Amino acid sequence: MAVLQIREAIRDAMREEMLRDDRVFLMGEEVGHYEGAYKCSQGLLKEFGEKRVIDTPITETGFAGVGIGAAMCGLRPIIEFMTFNFSAVAFDQIINNAAKIHHMTGGQFHAPMVFRGPNAAAHMLGSTHSQAFDTFYAHIPGLKVVSVATPKDAKGLLKAAIRDPNPVIFFESEVQYGVKGEVPEEEYLIELGVADIKREGADVTLLCWGQSVAIALSAAELAQEKGLDVEVIDLRSLRPLDEQAIFDSVRKTNRAVVVEHGWPYGGVGSHLIARIQEECFDALDAPVLKVCYEDLPMSYAENLEHLTIPQPSQVLEALEEVSYRG
Amino acid sequence: MDGQTRDLPPLTEGLKAASQDELAHAFKEMLRIRRFEENATRAYTRGKISGFLHLYIGQEAIAIGTNLAMREGDRIVATYRDHGFALAQGCDATACMAELFGRSGGLVGGVGGSMHFFDREKGMWGGYAIIGNHVPLAAGHAFAAKYLSDGKVTICFLGDGAVGIGPTHEGMTLAGLWGLPVVFVVENNRYSMGTPLGRTLPVEDITLRAQGYGMESDRFEVTDPFQVRDRLKVAVDRAREESKPTLIELLTYRFRGHSMSDPGKYRTKAELDGFRSRDPMEMTRRALIELHGVTEDALEAVDEAVIEEMDVAMASADASPQPVPEHRFKNVYVEE
Repeated sequence: MAVLQIREAIRDAMREEMLRDDRVFLMGEEVGHYEGAYKCSQGLLKEFGEKRVIDTPITETGFAGVGIGAAMCGLRPIIEFMTFNFSAVAFDQIINNAAKIHHMTGGQFHAPMVFRGPNAAAHMLGSTHSQAFDTFYAHIPGLKVVSVATPKDAKGLLKAAIRDPNPVIFFESEVQYGVKGEVPEEEYLIELGVADIKREGADVTLLCWGQSVAIALSAAELAQEKGLDVEVIDLRSLRPLDEQAIFDSVRKTNRAVVVEHGWPYGGVGSHLIARIQEECFDALDAPVLKVCYEDLPMSYAENLEHLTIPQPSQVLEALEEVSYRG
Repeated sequence: MDGQTRDLPPLTEGLKAASQDELAHAFKEMLRIRRFEENATRAYTRGKISGFLHLYIGQEAIAIGTNLAMREGDRIVATYRDHGFALAQGCDATACMAELFGRSGGLVGGVGGSMHFFDREKGMWGGYAIIGNHVPLAAGHAFAAKYLSDGKVTICFLGDGAVGIGPTHEGMTLAGLWGLPVVFVVENNRYSMGTPLGRTLPVEDITLRAQGYGMESDRFEVTDPFQVRDRLKVAVDRAREESKPTLIELLTYRFRGHSMSDPGKYRTKAELDGFRSRDPMEMTRRALIELHGVTEDALEAVDEAVIEEMDVAMASADASPQPVPEHRFKNVYVEE
């Protein structure tokens, strides 16, 4: 197996799909000559030319809409947002056009495409560049939503997302592009909607995705030292959601904690907790807890940002609380 | 009679140049749109149609002229005022009315309603109801045409009220920058809902913006469908042959309110009467009589036939059942 960074795995996924299918193209700010603000498209312009690797002006609603319009004609666009924070100005295109076109046209049209880029807080980027959009997009029927934490998942899920006939929101992270991991040499796809059990355990179920996977694994290590055997589940896909994996685990451990890069009010974590209590109430030995952003705009100052983002120590506290320890 | 004739505006060059067959075809097609919408108005009043209903009455010559300028495979992308385009493109009148009724036989199965008419086979690519957000989509259709070198041209309609909003600017910027085969047509009916142009546009000539987008432009008062056909054809050819976009502003007028809930009190009767006297459909009718000796009786018979067609369409639409309950789950995702 090759060891790749996540940015390289993303590049390889796009490259392989562009080689496989002429209809696939990449469009976004700085994706071509600059090779990506985070170098996820290194070498692609040279290999595929300006027809298929397209630099745009700063026009998120414009190029998101162009992508949707092209997808409706049978092309397979990959739209890169330099950050999902900028997708806010393309929000209408995504929720009103991409998500609804198949339904609202009685099935005459659909938008097979991927919107990808970094999401959630990175490091000291201030309030407007540190938001998690998971909840906003996972809320919308018609969209699929994926969030990746490893190079292997990034490649396999992105290839599957590009081939998916529906619009897929694909979350990456600025602080994870350099994360290295083993990636199979042979071609593979990872099905959307299948969670990955990162670590089996008997005592508590710990749900995470994207950036919170690393936090969860650290917290599970800390818990192990205290004799708590934590099962860590990386959801990988928020829509479709692998509910069976969640419920099976909770019925085994009888306890659950969610760790989330996102705000507490009405978020994905809140949804997961609601579903667990609906389906696993009799199995629960403690209320399900959530560790997430504080309910605040993100501050720039390093100490304040650190306090606002969930840390492994806080997750450990939650794991102990649902286990009536500590 | 003489007194009346003297007050009538003169017939236009477009009408004079058209053959009797062309005039008869265009007149009938405009009449079909008008009678369809008059039936829709009645159905709305009787509670058969709910939600929004934006009428095209007065602007029909644009949809008909556009259809005449298009080739098989070309695409219309329209706003929520879309019935006229659908009928002009040949969409089934019963399916259109059934869509307004929210029935299973509707153009999109009853899930879209008045504002979301789509018929891919007929070149009717929407039906969009968030102002301006279809402009980037139209640029995207044109992007695909260029990418695939398939020679298809996209004609995107928007209202005068849509020129200030962001997506319009971004879509036109990209179309100009990339040389996309698209024609943007602003249907300037003088009112952004109830607000006149002077209170919505910093500069009333919308085509002045074309220079900033690197586009050619055209601007004219709509008089008849043949004028629309000929002037649009120049832009459609430019798109197809040179892969260049164009911005066209059509000055027009809707005889009804913005939607069914709007009595249009912001306009004077004199203004409305002035435009009614130059109604392109009426002008086309006059051309048939004055230039080709067609009798009032013959035209009355055409009208009777159209009314009959639209009454049958309305009855057939009313006979179409509501969608089955499970239908709401359809087409949320494409299943493979």
